[in-house]
Amino acid sequence: MLVRVQTDAFDPGAESNAFIAAHTGAGAVVTFTGLVRSAPDAPVESLTLECYPELAINEITRLATDAVTRFALRDASVIHRYGTLSATEPIVQVMTAAPHRAAAFAGAEFLMDYLKTDAPFWKQEVTPSGTHWVEHNAADDKSKARWETK
Amino acid sequence: MKILYFALFRERLGRGEEDVTPPPWVVTIRDLIAWLRSRDEAADLVFEKENLIRAAIDARLAKLDAPIAGAATIALLPPMTGG
Repeated sequence: MLVRVQTDAFDPGAESNAFIAAHTGAGAVVTFTGLVRSAPDAPVESLTLECYPELAINEITRLATDAVTRFALRDASVIHRYGTLSATEPIVQVMTAAPHRAAAFAGAEFLMDYLKTDAPFWKQEVTPSGTHWVEHNAADDKSKARWETK
Repeated sequence: MKILYFALFRERLGRGEEDVTPPPWVVTIRDLIAWLRSRDEAADLVFEKENLIRAAIDARLAKLDAPIAGAATIALLPPMTGG
């Protein structure tokens, strides 16, 4: 289980290939990559993520361990950047390996839902109209809550 | 003990950390927040809405009713927006 919290950029393809190469017997690998969003109607020049690295490592490790147990995954890895990122750059990558696809998909989704609410990162967007903290999205709480009733 | 503030809290308070010695009645994180609010006008405003405060004790997430005895570092965090 690899958990990395870093300011350096990462190569999503290289990380995915390395994860697959390490789990050739798994049968199913799911990779999710989250990118800095910027749309023509809501342009973002850059995104700065503030982080509490020690807490981030502890919480993400706990979440990844939970995901492995809950979905009987072979493995789960998370890479999360902080610092200042440009539009379209990768922010986060979650990778899961399992015997079959259902567990690999569910494990990746579970990890992303919990990362949104429990991993100590805070986004600040620089847009043409100014700099502002991204507000916590209540929909993220709902996405997380669906795992708590199962 | 040391208190860490992040993101909007850090920005609004104008500091990322401080060393404090709370009085004996401060038993939980919720008590600590009440005490911080009572001694500082900026903190009183920043920590007005309890549902917008997350907390950690020694780099582990904790509920607001968690006891702080023996803790070296308490972090007060706005709701996370990572991922």
